[in-house]
Amino acid sequence: MCPRFKQTNDILKLMSKKEDIRDIGIIAHIDHGKTTMTDSLLVEAGLLSPKIAGEARALDYLEEEQKRGITIKTANISLLHEIENKPYLVNLIDTPGHVDFTGKVTRALRAIDGVVVVVDAVEEVMVQTETVTRQALAERVKPVLFINKVDRLIRELKLSSDEVQNKLLRIVRDFNNLIELYGEQDYREKWRVDPTNGTVAFGSALHRWGFTVNIAQKKGIKFSDVVDAYHKEQWQELQKTIPLHTAILDMVVKKLPNPIEAQRYRVPKVWKGEMDSEIGEAMIKCDDNGPTVMCFTSAQLDPHAGLVATGRTFSGSIQEGDQVYLVGAKKGYRVQQVSMYMGAFREVVDCIVAGNIAALLGLDLARAGETLIDVPHKDVMIPFELIKYVSEPVVTIAIEPKHPKNLPRLVDVMHRLAIEDPNLVTTINKETGEYLLSGMGELHLEIACKFLRDYSGGLEILTSKPIVVYRESISGVGVSAMAKSPNKHNRFWIQVEPLEEPVIKMIEKGEIAEAMGRKRIRAILRKEANWSADDARNVWALEEHRNILLDLTKGIQYLREARTMVISGFRWASENGPLCEEPMRGVKVKLMDVKLHEDPVHRGPAQIMPAIRRALLGSFLTAEPVLLEPIYKIGISVPAQWVGEVSSMIIRKRGRILSSEQKGPVTMITGYIPVAETFGLAADMRSATSGHAFWQSTFDHWEKVPQNVASDMIKEIRERRGLAPEIPSPKRFIDEA
Amino acid sequence: MSELVFLGLGLFDERDVSLRGLEEIRDADAVFVERYTSLMAGLSVGKLEKLIGKKVSVVSRHHLEEENGQIILQKAGQGKTVLLVPGDPLIATTHVDLRIRAEKAGITTRIIHAASIISAAIGLSGLQNYKFGRSVTVPFPEKGFVSETPYQVIKENKEIGLHTLCFLDIKVEEDKYMTVKDGLQTLLTVEKRKRNKVITSNTLVVGIARVGSRNPVIKASHSKEVMKYDFGKPPHIIIFPGKLHFMEAEALITFAGAPKELRNMVT
Repeated sequence: MCPRFKQTNDILKLMSKKEDIRDIGIIAHIDHGKTTMTDSLLVEAGLLSPKIAGEARALDYLEEEQKRGITIKTANISLLHEIENKPYLVNLIDTPGHVDFTGKVTRALRAIDGVVVVVDAVEEVMVQTETVTRQALAERVKPVLFINKVDRLIRELKLSSDEVQNKLLRIVRDFNNLIELYGEQDYREKWRVDPTNGTVAFGSALHRWGFTVNIAQKKGIKFSDVVDAYHKEQWQELQKTIPLHTAILDMVVKKLPNPIEAQRYRVPKVWKGEMDSEIGEAMIKCDDNGPTVMCFTSAQLDPHAGLVATGRTFSGSIQEGDQVYLVGAKKGYRVQQVSMYMGAFREVVDCIVAGNIAALLGLDLARAGETLIDVPHKDVMIPFELIKYVSEPVVTIAIEPKHPKNLPRLVDVMHRLAIEDPNLVTTINKETGEYLLSGMGELHLEIACKFLRDYSGGLEILTSKPIVVYRESISGVGVSAMAKSPNKHNRFWIQVEPLEEPVIKMIEKGEIAEAMGRKRIRAILRKEANWSADDARNVWALEEHRNILLDLTKGIQYLREARTMVISGFRWASENGPLCEEPMRGVKVKLMDVKLHEDPVHRGPAQIMPAIRRALLGSFLTAEPVLLEPIYKIGISVPAQWVGEVSSMIIRKRGRILSSEQKGPVTMITGYIPVAETFGLAADMRSATSGHAFWQSTFDHWEKVPQNVASDMIKEIRERRGLAPEIPSPKRFIDEA
Repeated sequence: MSELVFLGLGLFDERDVSLRGLEEIRDADAVFVERYTSLMAGLSVGKLEKLIGKKVSVVSRHHLEEENGQIILQKAGQGKTVLLVPGDPLIATTHVDLRIRAEKAGITTRIIHAASIISAAIGLSGLQNYKFGRSVTVPFPEKGFVSETPYQVIKENKEIGLHTLCFLDIKVEEDKYMTVKDGLQTLLTVEKRKRNKVITSNTLVVGIARVGSRNPVIKASHSKEVMKYDFGKPPHIIIFPGKLHFMEAEALITFAGAPKELRNMVT
């Protein structure tokens, strides 16, 4: 029997012994060594215990990677770890290591019960260490600490053994400050890390050694021995005496909770349903016999298998052929294949039970964040999160391959990326043929590009500077503008006015959507927004950028036939406003009157669409148009001495401070800042505070650009698009009778 | 002198222009031709230029619609200008807008008529002009959208016993011309939706091709037979007869190969 099969068998047995399972993640500030550590765990521990196969398995993995010429690292890795001959299953779920606004981190954290926080011994606790730790604590995920790159303290900083220890203790203290600051009342004390109780490990992921105080004592190793080993250039010895994976995985197994323990206190935190319902009880107990509930953390397109949806089973079990239901997609499926992760590979299995990580095939609409439930419970399941109507990416870059022949590959990878990250939007600029990638911020796009390179096996891509996405809106009521079709035989009158803020919110939250049908939309607008019966009844279209089209005409012959063309014209105009071709937002478009040609061939789409567009743009320009820009909410924590610098920097960047609150040694500043002013913010912040500020920002709302800034901005955007510098006059779009 | 003459080219090739028309063209300072409103199968700009001994500028839909015919009006403001239009120049086209514009700009306009598909197709069929109702065009379906107007017009005409002349869409820019078969199929999809039995497989239909050429084709029969009939090259047109006068029935049997039972349908 081949060892791989045997190994699968062993792991399958383990999966049902929940006490021996750990579902964990690794989080770190960028470049603090998360990838090196993950690789090292994979290579050293592999999926085979060292007893059976030594490093053979790891070599296979690397060869495979080279052979395929791509990085096959998946989002998830399962490792087998033995402590005193007792096997444990450690499921490692990838958690994005960056500040992100997209819920991706939260989503990954929902599936895990514990995290190893990696901190660079030289750089110490940094911005993202704080952000990700705070997010983990918010999801009730227990942290342990690994202080990495200790070798650099010795080799580069040439610190003495005492100095090394002092620095390490300072990192532990800073880290505990974070737990104190962000931890929930009941967990602050319990979750403090402490080298003496085995919740902190020290080491070097690069050189693959590491230890906890316990291990050091057991092996009789002191800090000075490590320092000596480096002085004598014998650090390779450390790999053998105190291997990294033992230190980390021992810590994980001994100090992080198993699914039964964890689900008891975590389910009430990550799931909003009733705890005493059938589903709630089953999840709290991590019950294999309960309803099947899964929450997906990732969806990836595999070139051979199609969509692979990976997630955690919170209760019940899942096997091939099961009829399941996706709550967000509102769609039932038959599971085509169930697999688990073995090392970095997927291995087909018969069944996966609660508390484990499963990869499913055949659910083509599954996306990260989606909730799976068995069919009998589909109507009572409360999803883990609501799928949003549409995300609003606010920053865009243009992407092209360095060598044009690689374009098909790039397009393919962009398509995959868009499936895996629903907050990325990929579009093609029809005029320039450019491929555009839009996301939530500069960093989000940087990460996306890194993925693009990784996924495509190191494809060289060129990217443009990031560009902020704007919106065009109106602050007044426009004239009833008439425009003729190109053949002049059809006339349309359109009047625009600002769409009420509550209605914009309703579109945003998906409370009204075209899919509901006109009747329901009418009822909601009548009741919730106080619209007149006439207006509410005649909603023809809702547009993704929060615009609405109303038909206020009466008894126009043939208008029914022209309806889809009118709607297309409305969408076309909404996509590119007259100020600088940015999308319109919050515009109520009223079709006031229509005159049509008798013969259908003289009132086709080529006649109607341009006329609708022109009438709309014309009325828009008479309605006191304004430019809207995206605004981030920004949260900065900074020691008190730099509060002044940070505040004045925010204000200089056209931002404003909302509040400033003393929390222990640091001050938490919250405020608003235009996205356009945040490019390069990291560098400015660093120089203003000597690197002592932690901050993160999320898109919050659209805001009118001040008049004095707006005209320059519009001019700039128009120039970028190759348009004449001046905003066109309404006369260009409005015809005379 | 500023003058704009709308000059009909007739039906098939350059020789369909009237003698008066030819004189007008030869006398003009600038000559334009538009070819997007209908297909003159035998016409080429080269032959036309040879005949009149002058350069002819082709104007596109874009020139006339998006640019409001500026290129023509500009010339017309400076001298005698002729716009050559297939068929009779202001029938089944939308050029009246240009004519109004010209007059408003102080340019005198005139029309030189020529044969129109409307009179020619009717004449060829032997049906009586007095008995036609509204005419209509069957547009190419766009993005799956099929206009119901032609179906409705045929229905209304039939209800009061009138014939319907049914133009078939052309897209000169894409070299696409609707055939009799395409037109009937489009109408049948509307029939499937509406179920008013306006156009069934047994409905009497007259298909006509290449009116004005040396070899026009005309075929009258049940729509299922007409759909199978090979009409050859475009342009095509369809007539949906309403109630038949005995002379009309006789003409369809004699000239269009209609089934003899038609005599029993005469009212």
